[in-house]
Amino acid sequence: MKHLAVLAALLAPLPVMADVDPADWDAVTAQAAGQTVYWNAWGGSTTTNDFIAWVGSRVAQDYGVTLNHVKLTDTADAVTRVLSEKQAGQNENGAIDMIWINGANFAAMKEADLLFGPYAEQLPNWALADFENKPALQTDFTVPVDGYESPWAMAQVVFVHDTARMPDPLGSMDALLGWAQANPGRFSYPQPPDFLGTTFLKQVLIDLLPNPSVLAEPATDANYDAVTAPLWAYLDALTPHLWREGRAYPASGPAQLQLIADAEVDLAISFSPGEATAAIVNNQLPDTVRTFVLDKGTIGNASFVAIPYNSGAKAGAMVVANFLMSPEAQARAQDPAILGYGTVLAMDKLSDADRALFETLDLGIATLTPAELGVVQDEPHPTWMTRISDDWVARYGVAQ
Amino acid sequence: MSRRRLLPLLPALTMLALLGPVVAGLWGTVLPAFGHLPAAGLTGPSLDPFRDLFGWAGLPRAVMLSVGTGVLATVMSLAIVMLVTAGWSGTRVFGVLERLLSPLLAVPHAAAAFGLAFLIAPSGWLARLTSPGLTGWDRPPDLLIVQDSWGLAMTAGLIVKEVPFLLLITLAALGQADAQRSVRVAQALGYGRLTGWLKTVFPRVYAQIRPPVYVVLAYAMSVVDVAVILGPNTPPSLSVQIVKLTAHPDLSYRLEAAAGAVLQLLLVIGALLVWRLGEGAVAALGRRWITAGARGKADPAVAGLALVAGAVSALAVFLGLVVLGVWSVAGFWGFPDALPDRITMANWLRFGPGTLQALGETALIAVVAALVALVLTIGCLEAEYRHKLRVSQRAVWVLYIPLLVPQTAFLPGLQTLMLTLGADVGRVPVMLVHLVFVLPYVFLSLADPFRAWDARMGVIAAALRASPDSILWRVRLPMLLRPVLTAFAVGLAVSVGQYLATLLIGGGRVATLTTEAVALASGGDRRAIGVYGLMQTGAALVPFALALLIPALVWRNRKGLRHG
Repeated sequence: MKHLAVLAALLAPLPVMADVDPADWDAVTAQAAGQTVYWNAWGGSTTTNDFIAWVGSRVAQDYGVTLNHVKLTDTADAVTRVLSEKQAGQNENGAIDMIWINGANFAAMKEADLLFGPYAEQLPNWALADFENKPALQTDFTVPVDGYESPWAMAQVVFVHDTARMPDPLGSMDALLGWAQANPGRFSYPQPPDFLGTTFLKQVLIDLLPNPSVLAEPATDANYDAVTAPLWAYLDALTPHLWREGRAYPASGPAQLQLIADAEVDLAISFSPGEATAAIVNNQLPDTVRTFVLDKGTIGNASFVAIPYNSGAKAGAMVVANFLMSPEAQARAQDPAILGYGTVLAMDKLSDADRALFETLDLGIATLTPAELGVVQDEPHPTWMTRISDDWVARYGVAQ
Repeated sequence: MSRRRLLPLLPALTMLALLGPVVAGLWGTVLPAFGHLPAAGLTGPSLDPFRDLFGWAGLPRAVMLSVGTGVLATVMSLAIVMLVTAGWSGTRVFGVLERLLSPLLAVPHAAAAFGLAFLIAPSGWLARLTSPGLTGWDRPPDLLIVQDSWGLAMTAGLIVKEVPFLLLITLAALGQADAQRSVRVAQALGYGRLTGWLKTVFPRVYAQIRPPVYVVLAYAMSVVDVAVILGPNTPPSLSVQIVKLTAHPDLSYRLEAAAGAVLQLLLVIGALLVWRLGEGAVAALGRRWITAGARGKADPAVAGLALVAGAVSALAVFLGLVVLGVWSVAGFWGFPDALPDRITMANWLRFGPGTLQALGETALIAVVAALVALVLTIGCLEAEYRHKLRVSQRAVWVLYIPLLVPQTAFLPGLQTLMLTLGADVGRVPVMLVHLVFVLPYVFLSLADPFRAWDARMGVIAAALRASPDSILWRVRLPMLLRPVLTAFAVGLAVSVGQYLATLLIGGGRVATLTTEAVALASGGDRRAIGVYGLMQTGAALVPFALALLIPALVWRNRKGLRHG
């Protein structure tokens, strides 16, 4: 029988290998064995790079999947790549098998039909995800996910301050402006279009607007100027009091944290509640660093992975995506000594042994508890981010 | 039989390897610059890309940065090298400086730039060593030193790397300029050493080092990695902006990038023309200066100043490498501590495996590119020897073309072209593009010793019935072992340092030590940068050490052969 099947397979005209059905998990793992997955992920953080390398060693061990981390400086590079492959007609075996993605890049790829799916809710570990209480797992920057990307981490904005030089937390963006005016040169944010820099801009806007619900809908030419006016007024007031008077900005979030260690600034923004603790453990921040959130809350979102439509290793990529959602990987990601990322899993869906992995974690001195993290604000629709980022570059990116 | 037919083909193949990618890349740049990019569904011709480019508010500043930093870096490094050579060549001090500077040639630009950044930033090592004791700073001053709007830090980063390059080129040229006797005659006529050298030797030396000087100018105007690390960002220099536009998710931005690349090319051509005119002006002024007959009262002061500048430049790179080393083993290191709170191997354990993987990729690409370059070079030189060809000055310029055309002008075009053709990016195309930059240096490094070989050895061997091939393999190359290995090491170092070629043509999949190190720049993890920067420097330096060591070992009982 077996021989017959092989013979039939050999005789049949060599078809393009059909995409594996995500729901047939045995077939997925069978096809995944031996595949090489090129994961394009932002490579600016050495702690994340280490985590991805660990994921690679684990999926190689359990599933025979080889994981290669292609380190990006900007996720948009990967979107470019897939888009240009599509335009060049390369519809199979593209250079990218998986992308760490969310927000505008996801919206752009989904819109342009560049993604494989839906697959996310067929992954075995999706059953453990806390999608009932974490709407961000199914709505990415207000865009429905529809199973075209699978989540692997929860993120929320926190502010990092060195209590040795700046003892007290700030409750609002107005307070931040007042503090910056009193302490010129002691704050900066990553230079947009860096995602953390644009996140700071969105956080300012949300905190300033009496009712930010307008941001849930796409920005229009009619409302954009009026809605963002308070943001630009705020930045005009803030910029002269920034580090280097706003004539230079740190390139990324980690570069900005390094400035705290250098005593060049006292305050920084972070999109990961555990990042400060992880940085203390790695000698990158002094142990006097703590974090805080704003009174009205801060933006939260989920990090996802997506699989391009022309990946030649979709099964392998799904195996990696599923492993990322496993209790083992999630607990490791949440360990502040490793990454300090929030988990996407629901504790009450886990086995006792798996739950213990999380409960025994020491969140560390600079990490807020889930209760202290307070209100999680929704991400604005991606159109806001894109326009604000472009505008920032035009206004401050060439300001000399 | 086959080899006899192969040999005459090698010069043509070499030309193709040198010029093919450049011409193809420029073609791939010019088309989209005029709105033609079928891959994005756009067909030209149109002037919109240039309209977009000139609509960018940062353009005047970006252009000024490219031109200003490039010209300033070239003038400064040339002045330092010329004045140091004029004031000190032949002295013991000069020997020391030469030995200090030579190994710095192999230090990759990115590593030198990182070291400099860690040194001179307001919270850098110099400030840490002197604070708070001398400066009174308990927190760093809010000064825009690195990434300054004028690009001075970036210019300094270029100078410290171009000084060793120009110095070694000058040393090679000195031998043919009859320098010592000229200076002695001038001194006998009462001229100071420096003035005498400038008036008698400089014109002859400059005529010989002119092509490398142009290379420095073209390179400095369009450099990307140094600009990313040390240059300003609001806005960045034109080259960096081109690379940023090339990476934009929207393919139509490549049109603007291509227009920028064309502008970059025109700027470099313009600067080279102005420089050429400037040479005439300097020559006219120089002749007036020479006939005026001043003997050079200020010589000692100028020579002293030049020496200080040269020493500071060398020291900056050395201290930079040292501070990279300190960061690579640093525990927590806050300002203003002069040293980390403790020394740890944890960083090396953490990043070591990653660097080894990148080292493997780096070495593979470098060895293949340098080997191919070596084969082509020896083939060309041997063909020239056997067929008694004369190499015209114009043919030598061909070698310099890939080094004179700005990388940002043809590499993005080459990438876009490959994309349009559906050619896959990856390791092999990266090797081919590295070859474009490796080949000229290997050729220039080997040509003189190869041609200087005493042809009478060949006559003797032929009289002993050795075929031309066996003369090459059994007599000439063994005798030239040291220059051949040196040329190979030069090729390796050039390949190791390539950033843009690897990044663009590798499509992000080819991770070498250089691309990894520059990618880390945005993350700012100094411990990782320290580890990668040192590995990168080692990858470029170790081959040079081997090129010195291997002949000494192989010829340990053939003393006469050791110095090739």
